[in-house]
Amino acid sequence: MSATGIGAPVRRKEDLRFITGKGQYTDDVVRPGETRAVFVRSPHARARIKSIDVSAAMSMPGVIAVLTGAELANDKIGNLICGWMIHSKDGSPMKMAPHPALATGTVNHVGDAVAVVVAETKGQARDAADQVKVDYEPLPAVADPAKAQEHGAQQIHEVAPNNTIYQWHLGDAKATDAAFASAKHVTRLDIVNNRLVPNAIEPRAALAEYDAGADHLTLWNTSQNPHVARLVIAAFVGMAPEHKLRVIAPDVGGGFGSKIFIYPEEVICLWAARKVGRPVKWTAERSESFLTDAHGRDHVTHAELALDGEGKILALRVKTIANLGAYMSTFSSSIPTYLYGTLLSGQYNIPQIYCEVDAVYTNTVPVDAYRGAGRPEATFVVERLVEVAAREMGIDPPELRKRNFIKSFPHQTPVIMNYDAGDYQASLRKAMELADVKGFGRRKREAARHGKLRGIGYSTYIEACGIAPSQAVGSLGAGVGLWESAEVRVNPTGTVEVLTGSHAHGQGHETTFAQLVSERLGIPFENVSIVHGDTDKVQFGMGTYGSRSGAVGMSAIVKALDKIEAKAKKVAAHMMEAAENDIEFKDGKFTVAGTDKSAAWGDVALNAYIAHKFSGQELEPGLKETSFYDPTNFTFPAGCHICEVEVDADTGNTEIVNWTAVDDFGTVINPMIVEGQVHGGIAQGVGQALLEGAVYDKDGQLVSGSFMDYSMPRAHNLPSFTIGLTETKSPSNPLGIKGCGEAGAIAAPAAVINAITDAIGSEQVLMPATASTVWAALERANVARQAAE
Amino acid sequence: MPSVSMTVNGKAVSGNVEERTLLVQFLREHLRLTGTHVGCDTSQCGACVVHVDGKSVKSCTLLALALEGANVLTIEGLAEPNGPLHPMQEAFRQNHGLQCGYCTPGMIMSAIDIVRRKGHELDERTIREELDGNICRCTGYHNIVKSIAAGAKAMAQGGAPRQAAE
Ligand code: FES
Ligand code: FES
Repeated sequence: MSATGIGAPVRRKEDLRFITGKGQYTDDVVRPGETRAVFVRSPHARARIKSIDVSAAMSMPGVIAVLTGAELANDKIGNLICGWMIHSKDGSPMKMAPHPALATGTVNHVGDAVAVVVAETKGQARDAADQVKVDYEPLPAVADPAKAQEHGAQQIHEVAPNNTIYQWHLGDAKATDAAFASAKHVTRLDIVNNRLVPNAIEPRAALAEYDAGADHLTLWNTSQNPHVARLVIAAFVGMAPEHKLRVIAPDVGGGFGSKIFIYPEEVICLWAARKVGRPVKWTAERSESFLTDAHGRDHVTHAELALDGEGKILALRVKTIANLGAYMSTFSSSIPTYLYGTLLSGQYNIPQIYCEVDAVYTNTVPVDAYRGAGRPEATFVVERLVEVAAREMGIDPPELRKRNFIKSFPHQTPVIMNYDAGDYQASLRKAMELADVKGFGRRKREAARHGKLRGIGYSTYIEACGIAPSQAVGSLGAGVGLWESAEVRVNPTGTVEVLTGSHAHGQGHETTFAQLVSERLGIPFENVSIVHGDTDKVQFGMGTYGSRSGAVGMSAIVKALDKIEAKAKKVAAHMMEAAENDIEFKDGKFTVAGTDKSAAWGDVALNAYIAHKFSGQELEPGLKETSFYDPTNFTFPAGCHICEVEVDADTGNTEIVNWTAVDDFGTVINPMIVEGQVHGGIAQGVGQALLEGAVYDKDGQLVSGSFMDYSMPRAHNLPSFTIGLTETKSPSNPLGIKGCGEAGAIAAPAAVINAITDAIGSEQVLMPATASTVWAALERANVARQAAE
Repeated sequence: MPSVSMTVNGKAVSGNVEERTLLVQFLREHLRLTGTHVGCDTSQCGACVVHVDGKSVKSCTLLALALEGANVLTIEGLAEPNGPLHPMQEAFRQNHGLQCGYCTPGMIMSAIDIVRRKGHELDERTIREELDGNICRCTGYHNIVKSIAAGAKAMAQGGAPRQAAE
């Protein structure tokens, strides 16, 4: 392994600009003549807009324009869309209600935008926004997904009776019922997967500029996938044709899914920039992020696991209500279906699975992918059930897992997925060693001496990443293909630029992608630069989410490098007057087999461009190749996380005292970066389990709408983590990569709750397991114990 | 509009600002020093931390006009142009203490202030407690804690870090 090649913990190229304050995030970009936009937002969860009076606002200092939904409709700007078609079990298509970028008629959640003020400064825009008079007729709202389908609930959209978007199912209901009928033991759980706010620390922002001379729009945007944003804004919203719209996602301060989607604000900035003839910038304030960034999770589930007398799993039955909020966000429909139901087999050989999902509208912020997206919800269901089943049957939880692990591959689950490689025993075994599970009893007794209840919890999770084979997702309803592109440009001096359709917003692509190229071409790491995030520079790309940049994005680079090598060999053959088949390429050098003739990488690059050694009829000059890589399967990262907690019996306060994670990500390009991804994922998973929750009151007001009342994980809420790796390579891409970005967030919540419930001896703990929740569970357990005695 | 004068990163600066202009706005919008970030509107996240007269402050909580004559140090002023990085900056890079980089300037400015107050030998618990005012959504803090411990040690050994005068 070279110091900068595959497998080396190379320090990141991108860090220098960030640690010196020279990053360029969207809000840092300033265009000449720039104006500022501030949105007027609904304070009601649901209301009829009777009238909007903008006259007072228009006369405020610095105000350039005040625009409403009526003008948007007049200008024929289209609605936002959800791009993944889900059909109900009766065959009917999902019920997608119109989502205009500025509401007309009714508002459907607190924060729904009704008007925008454009002014010289942000302060002026804000002052004027306060003067826009919207006359609302408040209507009853429904915020609780479990109540949305009830008879008499407020009907939110005409197209969706009973607020039901779809009733989807997967698996064989009859066979599952039959397996349950033959079971010796059934474990049942009611589960709420709490609603989360992604809260990337950089708030969303958009800056739009219109060039009237060229009739061309440019958008700087906090986006994880600028090409998809351009496609949707062009083809569906109808803002401008694709070739007249450039989307740039510069440095982006974290995404976690929330910056995948196409939001009203960027649409409005583009539209307003063209209307006022000046650049328009909008940057969210944090409280606005809470009310407009797509939230995550929000499932209400009843789940049942059937086992035989030896703890062998026979079947799993799951019924989930998934809250999609007031409108269907860009990929919302796919999250509680094909990213959830398909992962319910976990790491286990489960003969029968049946899953039903009802997606519902409520008067809340739209819900869409958030780190893990569907897979954390699936893992939580499976790993809680397995843990509780083991406890109920008196079997050691890791032992019950082992009895049910899938041990041979490929393995076809009853829920679509075909697992291609893995070794679940290996990661469990290694995690148990690293966590010193043998010493747990001693640690528990020690803790008891200090009045602490110590518990241990496991989560042996699986995820489907490397999203995804285009044909497969197309057959499941996706509106796009999920390949990735790469273009490798070799310059005449031999330095290399790689243009990738992946996007980095913390993942370190500028480093890991360069490691791959440096190793493959045998050229210095410094001689490679990675270009991404600009539709004018990079050919079409699908962006970064679903832990796909390594498995799919880097595979596209590999394919392009294959072509580069083939072409360079032709050039070298001409240079050395040898047969092309005799040319070998290794460590940045071309040699003629069996001779001492050689040509250096840089010489071959130069010769490709000066083209003196071959005629243009024989070989095209230049050295630049493109590839679009479509994976053959999903990848299946998996592993085992073990959490140890101490619960204070008097206060219910939980402290995480040990965390061990052993993950199988296939090939690892940069272990330092991979570990960082795991750390961050665990922190978000622990946040979900212990701290975070988007709380709506019954009227649809978001009660936890700022960092004052939405509890973000801070340094003192978390321990340091013990991280280990096992490796089985993915056979589904040339590098053997599986992906690492979401593992922690997927594994962690179940590990934490399994540990707490182990500590307190009660399964009745909802997330977030705050001190008061745990204390109440302890009290209930005590009362039950006393009653039993 | 009233005017304000202060020293920022060793340079005398002045500007006319609205009364309500916050220090962070003055830095970002008037001086175009965009390394100082805004991550919240409730003084919780610490993305905006700078040093004023040698102490760390959240620049989203101060009015620019209140800082007449103050000495302000931002992330851009930590290292001399083309000079070596501040040991704390270097420690964040060496220990992978950042991912998206958005919280990073505030983290580094807070970290230097922790060293000023707590010394160069920082244990994990101290660092974690002291980071209460800084939120990072990317790193899970593990490597930030390592970075700060390493940076604190390096500051004891090496080049006098540039500090705004007290
Ligand atoms: S922006 Fe100052 S604390 Fe968040
Ligand atoms: S590195 Fe992204 S918020 Fe800290």
